Amino acid sequence: MNDNDNRPAHGHESPSGGTAVSLEHGHVAGSGNVPDRFENPGLPPHQPRHADVDPKAAKRAERQVLALFTLSILGTLGFVIAYFAIDIEAMTFFPFFGHVSVLHVLLGVTMALSLLGIGLGAVHWAKTLMPDHESIEERHPIHAAPADREGFVDTLADGGEKAQLGRRPMIGVLGGTALGLFAVPPLLQVLGGLGPVPGSQLAETFWKGGMRLVRDPEMTPIRADEVTLGSVFHVLPEGIDGETVHGRPDSETRNDEDLGVLERKAKAVVLLMRLDPSQFQSQKARDWGYQGIVAYNKICTHAGCPVGLYEQQTHHLLCPCHQSTFDVTQDCKVIFGPAKRPLPQLKITVDDEGYLVSTQGFMEPVGPSYWERS
Amino acid sequence: MKALAARRRHPAALIALLVVGLITVGGLFAVLSPMQRAQAGAPQVSAQDVEAGKKLFLANCATCHGANGQGTKTGPSLAGVGAASVDFQVGTGRMPLAAPGVQAQRTEPVYFNQTQIDQMAAYVTSLGPGPGIPDEKYASGQGGNIARGGEIFRVNCAMCHNFAGSGGALTRGKYAPPLKDIEGKHIYEAMVTGPQSMPVFNETNLDPEAKRDVIAYLHFLDKNENPGGHALGNFGPVGDGFFFWLIAIPVMLGAAVWLGKKAA
Repeated sequence: MNDNDNRPAHGHESPSGGTAVSLEHGHVAGSGNVPDRFENPGLPPHQPRHADVDPKAAKRAERQVLALFTLSILGTLGFVIAYFAIDIEAMTFFPFFGHVSVLHVLLGVTMALSLLGIGLGAVHWAKTLMPDHESIEERHPIHAAPADREGFVDTLADGGEKAQLGRRPMIGVLGGTALGLFAVPPLLQVLGGLGPVPGSQLAETFWKGGMRLVRDPEMTPIRADEVTLGSVFHVLPEGIDGETVHGRPDSETRNDEDLGVLERKAKAVVLLMRLDPSQFQSQKARDWGYQGIVAYNKICTHAGCPVGLYEQQTHHLLCPCHQSTFDVTQDCKVIFGPAKRPLPQLKITVDDEGYLVSTQGFMEPVGPSYWERS
Repeated sequence: MKALAARRRHPAALIALLVVGLITVGGLFAVLSPMQRAQAGAPQVSAQDVEAGKKLFLANCATCHGANGQGTKTGPSLAGVGAASVDFQVGTGRMPLAAPGVQAQRTEPVYFNQTQIDQMAAYVTSLGPGPGIPDEKYASGQGGNIARGGEIFRVNCAMCHNFAGSGGALTRGKYAPPLKDIEGKHIYEAMVTGPQSMPVFNETNLDPEAKRDVIAYLHFLDKNENPGGHALGNFGPVGDGFFFWLIAIPVMLGAAVWLGKKAA
């Protein structure tokens, strides 16, 4: 390489005449003549571009840049035309993509042409036609001159002495305290902005005793004889879509009366299954159900996903988010995955007309752990 | 009206009222009863069908389900599973089972024609009554409310089969199959019978109208209309994430390298 001719000569040659040391040589004692300072090899030689030396190449590059900018202009115009001309309902078939909206495709493609034309044109212009002289900006030490540093220290010491901080230290102490406390009001606003304390909302749901179990989303009540073996019902409490109550004290709205329907649903959703009563290993699960019909909260105790994947042969409930698996025959005990607590059971019975009703709300908070419940 | 009101205390009035009430209730039951409706569409079966079905059963199913369909260690009893179960399992190629596994899979081609399947269904129905072949009126999904079907699907089915019917994993190698391009009849039968891990969604849970709406929604999804472009398999954020990591980010890295290179 003739590049070496331009570089500063190396200070030292390696002892073996420039050949690399390989493992076959065994231990090679260093000669100790490592240079004190590695020389700056400098920049590689400037290589002119095609467009710098060949006017034809320069002309070609110019045409390419012009073509890219023209493409961008056409893309923008096409976007405007497509926006007004294409019916929003029109669909067309593209292989691999299926049926897609003509308008969306054209808006996307023309907008892409419009932006890419500008970007690629500008980059190509800069790379082929704009000046390409390498220039070096030297780095300077960042510390100030010693005289300036000493002067600063003198000024500070002098100021401290004249302010009589040495003789009257309480001024410093109280002044510092006042300044430090001044940070509290802004911090208070940041913490206060996190919202009101949730109160009983984490521990309570919309469920209360005597509420009928209704189908989600039909909101029709469920008779016990409608739940056959192997069935699964997705259940909400009766009246969950009722009016939201605001401005009542916390003691009167502890069953989510002040929340919107979706927030109520997010905790109150229940899964209803019927098993052969002899399959339950827990007497409590049997007692809290009705003739093998059991109701469990659907919110995973790990991260709050809805646990809806019921396998009717194994009686496993799987959470789709992190594969926590609950065994319905063992009172929804966790048998796999990251969840820590079993799903809470809703105690149910039937009313005079044979419809399933809850006898009480959930006896423990539903859903994932929080700071007062780990 | 006045004459009727005058006789409302006549001793026969109570009996007349009772007769009218009973006829009304009985008539309504006959019209609305789900069992009646499910059976209404079932084809008429003859003794020859049952006999032919028994022959087919002995040749193809009896190894696992027993010579009288009573079940063995390797296969469940078929008493009471109904014609719908036979039509679904055999009609989708899940039965006869090609090989033991965590669950039976849909296979093509199906070994039997519809006549043979109907004959086997007739034989299995003779073992014990069960859900019949669904009425085409509901199973076709035609005239169903797609929006309501979508709502019911998202609450009852989407947790396993995915919001767009793309299917999903269950525990220990089991899975919920994708629901693309499935005949409405088979969707209906799967809901009624609850094959394998799937829970039962019989007529007391989702009435026939609700099932028709769900089928209409799934058939709407089959049209594969994606106004926003390629759906990436409709797997949700996982598919999107793979697209960004494997395609979009390498493209951006390439662009950055190209930007930093000097022109020749």
